[in-house]
Amino acid sequence: MVFSSKHLLGIEHLSPTDITAILDLAETYVDLNRKEQKQGGTLSGMTQINMFFENSTRTLASFELAGKRLGADVLNLAVGASSIKKGETLIDTAMTLNAMNPDLLIVRHPQSGAINLLADKVKCAVLNAGDGRHEHPTQALLDALTIRRAKGRLHRLNVAICGDIAHSRVARSNIFLLNKMESRIRIIGPQTLIPTGIEKFGVEVYEDMNAGLKDVDVIMMLRLQNERMDGAFIPSRREYYYRWGLTTNKLANAKDDAIVMHPGPMNRGVEIDGEIADDINRSVIQEQVEMGVAVRMASMDLLAKNLRSERVKLS
Amino acid sequence: MKTLFSNARVINPESLTDSIGSLLIENDKIAGIYNGVPSLDFNIDKVIDCEKKCLAPGIVDIGVKIGEPGERHKESFKSAGIAAANGGITTMIIRPDTNPTIDSPEILEFIYRRAVSDSLVKVLPMAALTKDRNGSEMAEIGFLKDAGAVAFTDCDQVITNNKVLLRCLTYAKGLNALIITHPQEPILSKDACATSGALATKLGLPTVSTFAELIQLQRDLSLIEMTNARVHFDQITCSESLVALKQAKEKGLSISAGISIHHLTLNEQDIEGYPTFFKVKPPLRNETDRIASIDAVASGLIDIISSMHTPQDEESKRLPFEAAASGAVGLETLLPASLQLVHGGYMDLPTLWRALSYNPAELLGLETGQIKVGYQADLVLFDPDKPFILDRSKLHSKSKNTPYDGRTMQGRVIKTIVAGKEVYN
Repeated sequence: MVFSSKHLLGIEHLSPTDITAILDLAETYVDLNRKEQKQGGTLSGMTQINMFFENSTRTLASFELAGKRLGADVLNLAVGASSIKKGETLIDTAMTLNAMNPDLLIVRHPQSGAINLLADKVKCAVLNAGDGRHEHPTQALLDALTIRRAKGRLHRLNVAICGDIAHSRVARSNIFLLNKMESRIRIIGPQTLIPTGIEKFGVEVYEDMNAGLKDVDVIMMLRLQNERMDGAFIPSRREYYYRWGLTTNKLANAKDDAIVMHPGPMNRGVEIDGEIADDINRSVIQEQVEMGVAVRMASMDLLAKNLRSERVKLS
Repeated sequence: MKTLFSNARVINPESLTDSIGSLLIENDKIAGIYNGVPSLDFNIDKVIDCEKKCLAPGIVDIGVKIGEPGERHKESFKSAGIAAANGGITTMIIRPDTNPTIDSPEILEFIYRRAVSDSLVKVLPMAALTKDRNGSEMAEIGFLKDAGAVAFTDCDQVITNNKVLLRCLTYAKGLNALIITHPQEPILSKDACATSGALATKLGLPTVSTFAELIQLQRDLSLIEMTNARVHFDQITCSESLVALKQAKEKGLSISAGISIHHLTLNEQDIEGYPTFFKVKPPLRNETDRIASIDAVASGLIDIISSMHTPQDEESKRLPFEAAASGAVGLETLLPASLQLVHGGYMDLPTLWRALSYNPAELLGLETGQIKVGYQADLVLFDPDKPFILDRSKLHSKSKNTPYDGRTMQGRVIKTIVAGKEVYN
């Protein structure tokens, strides 16, 4: 399996072959992760640093587990709380870590493009764990793996992405990925949360959720951040739930076998009805979390392979 | 001391002519203008053969930021003066958004003394319109004007309180002082670093619509209509505002408009990949707006092109795009970048020089910026065609934040003359 780039900074510049390579390898890790002996050794001896400039529990845990299961030495740094507050810049922090010779740097940052900047300055492979509103590639990959396992394919599906598209890196990465894999994408949400020019991404935009969900195969709900509720972008939680919350009635517009996804953490009763989230026949939310570990293992494995062959070439 | 610049391609922005001629300089002034090679019946101390290269009035650049006081590590009068001389700029009109703000006659006089002693080219200061550019208390416009302030501006700090701005305009009108405003609605443009559109959405950057410019322009225009004050808009950069500007000019208001060279030669596509040297205020626009702006310069709707020279050190720019400082240096690149508009066939040299020297000098009432007997011999001799690749490390500014690094440009300055003296050759 061949993956073409040194870093994984986003979906935008990946080819369908790259995407398939990651997903195929991830399948093998799904199997491994279900065994009692979960150890793979492909990152053995390597150092993985998880540098999170933004709070995260789930993604950080997922990357940490993925690295440990592949045998890497994993170091977690919650940078938001330390050096940046002392006035050190992102590049200084990266250069400091670079000097410790890590092999994989997993970075989350609240500002779009920050990880592209950082990747230019370090020797190791950099994996974007979410930058601002820009990209979150492993989320899109884990979503793709979940869809592929449920539907058997990634092409010619109707996928609805609902909610706060404007502030969502998950939406952007998913739009890139699903476009590359030739599925049809619908964007559903209040106009205040739909970014300008989104229709140029090859998506159809719906304001009315019932119309938008008509006959879709996949429904991706997005989290509505607390600070965007109550007056700033929408009038109130209850109006949002009434118009764009996923309820049984609205779900009835979708295909009977449509799956429901959410990148978590969920706001039950804001964007999604709690019962749908827990319905094992419709919701694949728990499966997404499981796929997350596998996809991250596969991504890091492929990046590590490229890193090794680059080092062989240099020496 | 009499010097004859002979065999020059004289660019005259007043008569809009471009023809071979000679220019006689006596001490610091232009003493004679001749077609072809003149036969003179008096002694000339020095004859300079211009070899048919372009001889134009030196550029008058409105809105140059110098790091003095407060940020001398970014730019000093000395470094900016050298950069300006290299770039064919003979007068820098400097911004008051310094630390401390140039908002009192004492600071202005201090700055002015430093400028005169350190800078190779002429420097004229602008002063803040409100104290500390806080938008609430009027600065001492009268004292500042007497001390030499040529215009009053709060730079990119927009005065949001309409009553304050109304009084400033009314008071300034009484003194016939020129006010420069920054037409960008401040709440909509807060934190924005890209213009709304598909590209900015893809990059996930905070955006502002071009309508934020129109909204503030319309507010300013209403207050100008009320007061009949003399106002210049620092940067008009999009199609919507150009329509409003045209209507207002047709009404006969005492207004003029400027634009930075960056908005005329770059567009939003340049921020793909997050290069922070392309982060400017207002953010770069799309290609349609860029072309509309060029057309507006060609037609005279936009009066002035400036460099909006804003030096930023490496630390302020080596940051994620959202966190990086705004602004680009431009003193040395204004002339070659502007020549792109000529080479691209959008306008001829005399029309371009209207926007670079004639209009800004007229607006400020300066005896420069023209090829005119009795006016200051502030001139630039340049080869408009000579190609070169811009290397930012070779810039003379202390800060090297140019968006043109590595680009092939055309047009090099041969000589810059300020008040009859060569400051660059």
